[in-house]
Amino acid sequence: MNNESSKFKVQSSKLIFVGGFVILFLILTAIFAPLMAPYDPKEQNLYEGLNTPDYKHPLGQDRLGRDILSRVIYGSRISLIVGILVVGISSLIGVAIGSISGYIGGKVDEIIMRFCDIVLAFPGILLAIAIMSVLGPSLNNVIIALCAMGWVSYTRLIRAQILSLREREFVVAVDSLGGSSSRIILRHLLPNVISPLIVEATFGMAGTIIAEAGLSFLGLGVQPPNPSWGSMLNEGRQFLLIAPHLTIFPGLAIMITVLGFNFFGDGIRDLMDVKNK
Amino acid sequence: MRNYIIKRIFLFFPVVIGVITLVFLIIHLIPGDPVELMLGENAQISDKEKLRDDLGLNKPIIDQYLTFMLNAFKGDLGRSIHSQKPVFTTILERFPATLELTLCAILLAVIISLPLGIIAAYRQYSIFDNGSMFLSLLGISMPNFWLGPLLIILFSIMLGWLPVAGRGSISHIILPSITLGTALSSILSRMTRSSMIDSLKEEYVTTARAKGLSENIVVIKHALSNAMIPIITIVGLQSGALLSGAIITETIFSWPGIGRLTIQAINTRDYPLLQGCILIISLSYVVVNLITDILYAYFDPRIKYE
Repeated sequence: MNNESSKFKVQSSKLIFVGGFVILFLILTAIFAPLMAPYDPKEQNLYEGLNTPDYKHPLGQDRLGRDILSRVIYGSRISLIVGILVVGISSLIGVAIGSISGYIGGKVDEIIMRFCDIVLAFPGILLAIAIMSVLGPSLNNVIIALCAMGWVSYTRLIRAQILSLREREFVVAVDSLGGSSSRIILRHLLPNVISPLIVEATFGMAGTIIAEAGLSFLGLGVQPPNPSWGSMLNEGRQFLLIAPHLTIFPGLAIMITVLGFNFFGDGIRDLMDVKNK
Repeated sequence: MRNYIIKRIFLFFPVVIGVITLVFLIIHLIPGDPVELMLGENAQISDKEKLRDDLGLNKPIIDQYLTFMLNAFKGDLGRSIHSQKPVFTTILERFPATLELTLCAILLAVIISLPLGIIAAYRQYSIFDNGSMFLSLLGISMPNFWLGPLLIILFSIMLGWLPVAGRGSISHIILPSITLGTALSSILSRMTRSSMIDSLKEEYVTTARAKGLSENIVVIKHALSNAMIPIITIVGLQSGALLSGAIITETIFSWPGIGRLTIQAINTRDYPLLQGCILIISLSYVVVNLITDILYAYFDPRIKYE
């Protein structure tokens, strides 16, 4: 292995380690939130509203005197739940439709791809905003709206992978031995698309967490008093002048989490690139 | 190249029809009575009936769809329920503000990201490379709904240098442009770096160096000009995506563009206006993508001389 390649591999491993650490910390925080949070995240104390950070409340208190640290800790649950469900459901839909599209080809592929083009014609979270505006704000609707937007990238990825794999010798061999289409897709094609799917899903988690927080920030996502990082930022926006701590800490939590997933995704992608090379 | 452009335009129209259809379906699949949602449960029955009539909701759904499609192509998107002004005119009034913000964000992103990406590629694995790429990853991971308020806290509240919100002078556009352009700048600097790394390894760069040309000419004239094709493509594609980011940025800075209008339409349950906003934003995105693809074909000799 040459010098450049080994440098690349060391850097990738560092990214995976740092990203993995952040992700693990997020998961543990979400699971053990009741043990880690010093207060009940919904417990109000109106006399202490907008208090700045002190030793009793290290991240301060919000408008209703609720402890921001506890709300940030509980907020990790919403981000993680939405992330896992949206990425899980979207990738399942994407794998199913993408496999059919790539393997069958022809008109079916053409129709599916044109439909993907239409969904992709809505930039960023616009489609999710449109769906949320008619469904109304709730956690379930956030998941539905983000899945409606998210499945396309997985479909295109899987389709592209299947298209390149289906001409390979091992697939042609199984086909000529009389293997059924479902057997070829499930046993021979899909195991080979797992790696790019993991990379896409990791970046997908980052994108979903930002999208959920964005919807909640606009007042279209998770509703108060449930602690979501996005809705906490939305509340904080009204008190920028007198209580900037309401904005700083939930945003920091989002950024560190998203950075963790991006590091992890970058690391695995780079490592796979090295292997491929 | 002509065939490529014809093919691309041929694919453009089904997408436009698809977008109009999807927007129609989303708005018409509202659970419950849309008129009740817009006017409230306690509204007079006569008012509800009038609105139902105005919006054509009494007609069969297929008639409503065909009328909507036909009117959309004529630029008639109905009337806003609250202002009673034509939706298309209302959106057109707001469009220059969004365009101004988007263009400033793109300009800012290009000015920052190009030098950053070029130097990072030229000094690959140096401290500068690692530092700038870490910064760009930070930029991608930093949501604009957090960056915007942070900039307000620092530059408007603590330092008092720039206005908190509104539109009017150059100072008003600085913070919204940074908020909107940061993610694009981060993506572009990473793209420029990787594109330049590939370009610097090409044989024509070695030849240029062997001819004894100065490093500046080798990097700028030979390597960068060839690395520009994917960079231009990313600028184009991401510029369209900025229209979605503008919804949040305009909301934070009370910037009077289409993004803020969209949120106002949602909050006031003005569905014809909301429908129009979503349609115009997505169609603008589709048009920007079409222009990007055509420009790409023009700049890439492999397609140009096909």
